[in-house]
Amino acid sequence: MAAVSHRRAVDDPTWAKVLIVGVVMAFLALVLILPLAAVFVEALRKGLGPALDAVNNPDALAAVKLTLITAAIAVPFNAVFGLCAAWAIAKYEFRGKALLITLIDLPFSVSPVVAGLIYVLIFGLQGWFGEYLVDNDIKVIFAVPGIVLATVFVTFPFVARELIPLMQEQGTSEEEAAVSMGASGLYTFWRVTAPNVRWGLMYGVLLCNARAMGEFGAVSVVSGHIRGLTNTMPLHVEILYNEYDFVGAFAVAALLCLLAVVTLVLKTALEVGAPGMRGRGGH
Amino acid sequence: MTITIRSVEKKFGRYPALNKVDLEIADGELLALLGPSGSGKTTLLRTIAGLEFPDAGQVLFDGEDVTFASAAARRVGFVFQQYALFKHMTVAKNIAFGLDVRKGKDKPSKVEIARRVEDLLKLVELDGLGKRYPSQLSGGQRQRVALSRALAVQPSVLLLDEPFGALDATVRKSLRRELRRVHDATGVTTIFVTHDQEEALELADRVAILNKGEIEQIGTPDQVHDQPETAFVCGFVGEANCFEGQVSGGRFSAGPLGLPASGVREGSATAYVRPHDFVLDDGGFEVRVDRAHVQGALTTVNATAADGRHIEISASRAEATRFQGTVKIAARKAHVYAA
Repeated sequence: MAAVSHRRAVDDPTWAKVLIVGVVMAFLALVLILPLAAVFVEALRKGLGPALDAVNNPDALAAVKLTLITAAIAVPFNAVFGLCAAWAIAKYEFRGKALLITLIDLPFSVSPVVAGLIYVLIFGLQGWFGEYLVDNDIKVIFAVPGIVLATVFVTFPFVARELIPLMQEQGTSEEEAAVSMGASGLYTFWRVTAPNVRWGLMYGVLLCNARAMGEFGAVSVVSGHIRGLTNTMPLHVEILYNEYDFVGAFAVAALLCLLAVVTLVLKTALEVGAPGMRGRGGH
Repeated sequence: MTITIRSVEKKFGRYPALNKVDLEIADGELLALLGPSGSGKTTLLRTIAGLEFPDAGQVLFDGEDVTFASAAARRVGFVFQQYALFKHMTVAKNIAFGLDVRKGKDKPSKVEIARRVEDLLKLVELDGLGKRYPSQLSGGQRQRVALSRALAVQPSVLLLDEPFGALDATVRKSLRRELRRVHDATGVTTIFVTHDQEEALELADRVAILNKGEIEQIGTPDQVHDQPETAFVCGFVGEANCFEGQVSGGRFSAGPLGLPASGVREGSATAYVRPHDFVLDDGGFEVRVDRAHVQGALTTVNATAADGRHIEISASRAEATRFQGTVKIAARKAHVYAA
């Protein structure tokens, strides 16, 4: 009976463990790994050559470039905004704090298509600022600014959501300690606050980046799908697919997947580097 | 540094945290702010530190008005309840922080800072641990780091918020002595907040007892313990048996207990008797001993009076055998307050 006494109260019987792990694995294989594998299999169906040609085509390259530009603008913007919002929420008491927290979650709860439509409504030809924009020859909708705006909207909760609980948990006493010893606000931020939140910030930035590159719905509404001009990678995939260019569609999709994989690898590396982050849920 | 608090008021929303508090702290003094949670003691400390600003009243350092001066301008050393050490900095960097932030000719040279850090580590008996990170230290060691970090800027006043609150009993005791030693070595005016009366009485030169945002009494540990000025102080500081009764004709009576109460207003009143002020006395009243147990040098006796009220008596170890069955006791001293 010695073996029994070593069992912990929370241990499940072996068959249950096998069953649970098996169910999870089977589910992951079916909904995650199989489709991901299919993307690469389809892309390489006619060999490596056609796949590379599909990626190395001017329209595809323009889409890659636009996607990278969009992420390069949206991610830093949201990193700064997220940090400010988290700072305000975690360190200050003010009226409307609960409302602000709810607002930050809005992009998660609103359909991305609606997010896109909002911008069409505001900046479109028939929108609130339509005439002004036309008169001054500023293009927002069906142009890069619209795509960036839509992406910023959809991705702004990531950094803030990651930082708010972290900063709330840390409280303000370290900052108070720094200030009481004569540190300025900026010095305190760089030397005390920033190091404390850097892992959470990087994690949020990675998630934000992944979503910024992959966003479809909101961008689709404001983009106009002009090849070589306002097509991002996800939109380009759709166009190719609708034109029955399956190899091309899957080749660009595979490239998008590779970007995602790079993000995941970076994320894992971060988790290894920052023990405190391990096991913390993302979104 | 003499610190003067002049009718300081502070409200949080509608809740008054400090209500016209006056307090004078002498240069080089070690003062405890003692009170239950919510009594305003931490708010008072933070007001002295410049981490909180009063709604009314003044804070003076050596006669100079610093009511709205920043913490840094006041040169206070503050030790936070949970230490608030910088997690990503070594112990040495933590201690040096207050010197590292200085600019221009105020900033000591690297060598000077290093030497100062070494001296401080030695002062709190942590020499050789400068390269560690806070997470690699025990609670008591972290507290010492926090103390030396606060001392590094050679503060005009050292302020500590519940400095031993998060530590276990043994470490608390040794750190108390440590703080006293450091205080005596540096001579810096020191104020600490605690809800632990034993800590306040053992460590401080003077104790200020706060209740509901007001100071109930300020005095030496002996004064607040032996001559409590208010019923609250009597009940809060030290152990006491509490009796609700009546005063008439200069005598207090509650059930079998009768006490002299000259100068106390007639009518209902409360009497407090310390457990060690009950003594065996053939002229006293009868109590039944429920339990007498010896703890160290003392015997603690739980007894019940004829009318059913419980009484705690503290006697010497040698007297343990005399508390058996029914005994007669009397109060040799009591504090009576009109209700």
